[in-house]
Amino acid sequence: MNAPSGNPSAVIDVVGLVKSFGRAKALNGLNLSVARGEVHGFLGPNGAGKTTTLRILLGLLRADAGKMRVLGGDPWLDAVDLHRRLAYVPGDVALWPTLSGGEVIDLLGRLRGGLDPQRRDSLLERFELDPTKKGRTYSKGNRQKVALVAALASDVELLLLDEPTLGLDPLMEEQFREYINEVRGDGRTVLLSSHTLSEVEALCDRVTIIREGVVVETGTMAQLRHLALTAVSADLANVPDGLADLPGVHDVVVQGQRISASVEAKGMPALMAALSAGGVTALTSAPPTLEELFLRHYRET
Amino acid sequence: MNSDLTGTTVLVRLALRRDRLLIPIWIGLSAAMVWFSASATVDLYPTSASRIEAANMINSTASLVALYGRIYDPTSLGALSMTKMTAVYASLVSILMVMLVVRHTRAEEEAGRLELVGSGVVGRAAPMTAALLVVGGASCVLGLLAAAGLLAAGLPVIGSLVFGAGWAATGLCFSAVAAVAAQVTTGSRAANGLGFTVIALAYGARAIGDLAEEGPGWLSWLSPIGWNQQVRAFAGDRWSVLVLPLAATALLMPVAFILRRRRDLGSGLLRDRPGPAAGALSSPVGLAWRLQRPLLVAWTAGSAVMAFLMGSIANNVVGLLDSPAMKDIIQQLGGKQGLTDAFLAAVLGLVSTIIAAYGISAVGRLRTEESAGHAESVLATATPRIGWAASHWLLALAGVAWLMLVAGVATGMGHALAIGEPGQVLPITVAALARIPAAWVMVSLVVALWGVWPHATGLGWGAYAAFIVVGEFGQLWGVPQWVMDLSPFSHSPVLPGPHAELAGMVWLAVIAGAFIAVGSVAFRHRDLAG
Repeated sequence: MNAPSGNPSAVIDVVGLVKSFGRAKALNGLNLSVARGEVHGFLGPNGAGKTTTLRILLGLLRADAGKMRVLGGDPWLDAVDLHRRLAYVPGDVALWPTLSGGEVIDLLGRLRGGLDPQRRDSLLERFELDPTKKGRTYSKGNRQKVALVAALASDVELLLLDEPTLGLDPLMEEQFREYINEVRGDGRTVLLSSHTLSEVEALCDRVTIIREGVVVETGTMAQLRHLALTAVSADLANVPDGLADLPGVHDVVVQGQRISASVEAKGMPALMAALSAGGVTALTSAPPTLEELFLRHYRET
Repeated sequence: MNSDLTGTTVLVRLALRRDRLLIPIWIGLSAAMVWFSASATVDLYPTSASRIEAANMINSTASLVALYGRIYDPTSLGALSMTKMTAVYASLVSILMVMLVVRHTRAEEEAGRLELVGSGVVGRAAPMTAALLVVGGASCVLGLLAAAGLLAAGLPVIGSLVFGAGWAATGLCFSAVAAVAAQVTTGSRAANGLGFTVIALAYGARAIGDLAEEGPGWLSWLSPIGWNQQVRAFAGDRWSVLVLPLAATALLMPVAFILRRRRDLGSGLLRDRPGPAAGALSSPVGLAWRLQRPLLVAWTAGSAVMAFLMGSIANNVVGLLDSPAMKDIIQQLGGKQGLTDAFLAAVLGLVSTIIAAYGISAVGRLRTEESAGHAESVLATATPRIGWAASHWLLALAGVAWLMLVAGVATGMGHALAIGEPGQVLPITVAALARIPAAWVMVSLVVALWGVWPHATGLGWGAYAAFIVVGEFGQLWGVPQWVMDLSPFSHSPVLPGPHAELAGMVWLAVIAGAFIAVGSVAFRHRDLAG
């Protein structure tokens, strides 16, 4: 059993993955390594190739080139055996319009080789999902929950989740995060694709960032922390001098009574102190979007 | 009120753009059928005496009256030539109009596209108004073309116009029915089903009404299909009856708009009933069966009734065939056995062609499941690709075989009851079963297309239409024999009768197997396609 990058402990090990659709190149030499027991974030803007990668890992699409191993097997040739050991939540959940949510959960669970009825029921309760409704009557968020319950109720080693919280409300998102932490505690492995940095930050041990089909960054959250700047803007009674000199505070812009800046986590206390000394009347802070992050990343290197 | 209709023009153009092929093809084919029926009847019944005999024959055969209705003027060439067009084809036209209205109203809403449209500068009543304008327009154009076809075949002017107006009014009436149905249900399949049920009830009511007595029974007067018969084109030309379908349209359309106004986007009058909290489905075959079952149940009922009626008229039909031209046709279709056997063989050939359409639509699930993303969910589990695909094509093949069995037994029982010989059931059933492989070839052709080139799965319907047209008109047009031989339906054994060639059946089964193998292997090696 030759692992492509010589990393036999990796649950997912991909080197040089290439996939084209007609003339459009979706993946262009992608590398990805996910270790056993970790929650791995798979970040990238829309159209970066996240879903294509997941579909190749599932054997739904065939790679044009590249070496890969999933749970020690070949995703294309050993698809059926591998699928007994993994579960997948597609990004765009399509339910059969006339089947109830409960029927879909049980069907997909059994097709995977069985599901834990106790876990199924507790997940239904946790996600406040009514399993008796027909597929077509669920909202987007509830369709997502059906797919999540179907995947999470199975006792599998690996979870492949494609933007799993898209459409969930913040309370459900919280439930999801708690559950993923429990999964991590059980020693299971999760590959979670997302385009929101905060979600990945809250959940993941390691992160791979891709853009236009290639990896631009991979590492632990701590290693990537320098990328995660928070955008702060505030209205002040009087703007103090020297904000730009504070450690960890970048890109300070002053427009009359209003300031904005990008701040590392370590620079936050000093900035907050300075702002409250300046008499804050309004304050917003937001994590930067991925695109901003990429732009900054490329500008810095 | 005006703002409710804002955007209608744009939506009409959108609908016409989406249906730029569908509507012209359907309307053109329907009008061509009218023209063809009319001109063929002129050739088949050249003398007034032969027409009167044929018309009296139909009027005195209960099952023919139930199927087609009465001919109100036995001397009229037009009335005789439009026997099938007045009830049966008017029902088909109605089915088309229901499908079109639902396609542009409830189906759009269910798919969420209406939400996208509705958030633009579009009035609340605009989508349905646009759909009704398009479908109403299609009905009127179809009526005009049908009238033109009848005129071209040399039938009287007034009768031709009345007939066309009858079709147009029937189409309008069922467009309005569909508009109401689309407000009642939340799913487009259910809305179509409701519309079709109304058509079936209208058809059934007039069948009973027509049988009830000489002249119009009151049940026929409750039915839009019955109204179309009572217009009596070429047999009295009663324009005034057209008031009934038009009045029904004028009543139903406001009802649809009021219902629309009172409900939210996405909801219907009939609430979706909750389903089970836990499911019993546990295999791909179980899932495929669950998805295909409603269609198969409907087809089983329809096939049984149609086949029974056909079987029960077989014996009487011989009397219809005094014209030598008609005898020729039946013998060509059915071989050189006794005329009743020949007619039964022709009926079974027709039945196998129709049931092949079930097979094509059932196996088409492979493509719709794939493009809807359902296949992705299933194939991400421990379900092998071949197993998933087989669950659908196996059920489609089994469904075709089952429907042929039902049709064979029903035809046999109809014939056996008519002539009082129970021994007829078995040979006719066997004859029907011998037609299964031809229909299987159509199913397996779709599997091959889908496996090799998923986006071309719909070409199966094109091939099907081509085989039917070539089979129906090939000899008339002088199409070369090798082209006619491409159609699987031309290779089925001609049964019942003593001189059946069974080799064709075996070859058809082999070809079906080969197509399925090609499709399965190709699917095993390709990407899942969106």
